Amino acid sequence: MINVLLITFVITLLYISIANRLLTYVKILAFQGILLFGVAFIELIEINPVNLAFILLETIIVKTVAIPMFLTHVIKKNRITREAEPFVPNFVSLIIVTIIIIVTFLISNSIADTHLDKIYFVVALVALFSGLYIIISRKKIITHVIAYVIIENGVFILSLAVGNEMPMLVNLGILLDIFVSVFLLGIFINKVGDVVKDIDITQLSNLKD
Amino acid sequence: MIGIYLTAAVLISGLIFVNRKRQVNKLLVTLFIGVQWAFTIYEYYHKGIVELNYFKPDALAILLLATLSIISIPALFHSYDYIYPEKDNPKTRSIYYAAMTILIAAIGAAYLSNHIAVTWIFIEITTLSASALIFHRRNSGSLEATWKYIFVCSISLTFVFIGILFLSIALGHSGEQGLYFDALVNQAANLNTFWFKLAFVFIFVGFTAKLGLVPMYTAGIDAKDKAPTPAAALFSSVLMNVGFVGIFRIYAAVAHSSIHGWANHVIMIAAFLSVFIATVYVLKVKNIKRMLAYSSIEHMGLVMLGLAAGGIGYYAVVLHVILHAFAKSALFFQIGQVYNIYKSKNLYYLGSYFKYNLPGAIIILIAFICVTAMPPSGLFISEFYIFTALFKSGYLFVLIPVLILLTMIIWAMGKNFLKLLFTPPVNFDETKIEKVSHLETFSQFILLGLVIYLGINPPAKFVNLINEAVKNLIF
Repeated sequence: MINVLLITFVITLLYISIANRLLTYVKILAFQGILLFGVAFIELIEINPVNLAFILLETIIVKTVAIPMFLTHVIKKNRITREAEPFVPNFVSLIIVTIIIIVTFLISNSIADTHLDKIYFVVALVALFSGLYIIISRKKIITHVIAYVIIENGVFILSLAVGNEMPMLVNLGILLDIFVSVFLLGIFINKVGDVVKDIDITQLSNLKD
Repeated sequence: MIGIYLTAAVLISGLIFVNRKRQVNKLLVTLFIGVQWAFTIYEYYHKGIVELNYFKPDALAILLLATLSIISIPALFHSYDYIYPEKDNPKTRSIYYAAMTILIAAIGAAYLSNHIAVTWIFIEITTLSASALIFHRRNSGSLEATWKYIFVCSISLTFVFIGILFLSIALGHSGEQGLYFDALVNQAANLNTFWFKLAFVFIFVGFTAKLGLVPMYTAGIDAKDKAPTPAAALFSSVLMNVGFVGIFRIYAAVAHSSIHGWANHVIMIAAFLSVFIATVYVLKVKNIKRMLAYSSIEHMGLVMLGLAAGGIGYYAVVLHVILHAFAKSALFFQIGQVYNIYKSKNLYYLGSYFKYNLPGAIIILIAFICVTAMPPSGLFISEFYIFTALFKSGYLFVLIPVLILLTMIIWAMGKNFLKLLFTPPVNFDETKIEKVSHLETFSQFILLGLVIYLGINPPAKFVNLINEAVKNLIF
């Protein structure tokens, strides 16, 4: 069951690489939150119930509801155009993300370690690298934030792999989530809207040598 | 005591945020400096005693904590004069001071932390409070710098977190207890090599955002350029030391394992590229604050070279980060006065500084000698030890290019600083010159005096502390 959920997660990453509209990105983030809820529930069922409840609530409330709602609100409030505006054609993006998946898969095959379930490692690294790829290939700041949340989701999956032995690390990952994506990026994106009207990284490229 | 210290810092910063009267703010800031010093002295006399389970003031932590306490006094007091009178808004002022108190407290706690996850949490807090300081001016330039800083630092801290996860996989079943730095040093030899290598790379890359080394150095440059000068002084001295502490402590564990040689190569590549990039930009930039920021990158590259070289290099790197913190913060404080006089950071519009501000010009001259590591600067001693270490460990093919690059940096900085001091400025209206207080240079004389004194005639206690800090590495 976990394998099905994690493979679906990778498919969402392929979908996000060819998606065109910002709202599609946001919906995919919400869907990923549900997938993570399932994975966390099955994987961590044996840990302390209070802690489990906390983690599950975080996946549902923060990842599935709060962040997508907030991003939708920002998109509507700042009247950001609906296109994602990538620098490269979608087809190229699809090829690159596929290559990322294949390379990560091949790397993971060279690991001789029975201790870790390899699928977590593969999915987490794929999420990390596709997130970084989306950051460098998209124009709008809001897509950078979305890609950052994807990286966070990948890190969350990796932390689940050690979650049974060290639940503290899963909690720390959640701390990272709440602190950065909600508090910092959240407040900040609103401020960006106040100072610069159309949020576009081309307007944030004056500081250079 | 650390519990009391952190509570007091949060409380004081909350009070500063709520109460916006100028005098009350000043009183609270003075109170915080008192708390900071009481804490430093307390930890000095309670060395090596674990507090609150996660904090342990070892020799390195005490040295850097003392550095932080010394630099925080001028940083907090000078801030009064940098907040422009015409824009003196109670709200932004109180946010500024609240953020700075939190930043200093978080840096102090990150030095003392003995658990990698706790270090990580406090570094996260420094990112948060530092971004409030960078955003102080609230214009599009500071907005851009803040955005880049937050984004690059967040991604870097995610990298560190992934590194911690890999480290816990490498530890296997020993659980959370294994993530204490002490335990890591003891167990390092038994760790799974593959995961430990991966963990080291991710943690190293993540901490370079704070330290200012090659992969993630970009964020710090814009931050130091756009932040108010006292905040920039903190960023390029004590905040960089936070990254150093993170890398140094994980390196102490690596040094006891079989991946030591491999890790040295990784560090060496990053350090050499940092010195190279710093040279390229120092030769090119026209903005004096950015030039100083790139010079910090060069110094941190040298520090990492010393760490990778080993031997006497270990002693030299600890000495170097402390002295560099003093020298660079003094220079940044002085640049604040330069900006007040010329209203520009562009070297093209600066000049004849001796004519307009004599004590400040003397500071610039001494500081130039200090940061380029010419004798009698203490940095000369530490750089000399670093180069000796590189020579002894057979890295001659690294040492020679680095020396050539350093010569170019000294040439470029000499050209720019001497222009600031002696060449007449372009389009400068002398009648509107703003009076700067000569008293303000007092702190910079003391800081530069410390750079020279601690390098040439270090007190025995200071030397013992440094030797104790690196004793884990020499075996």
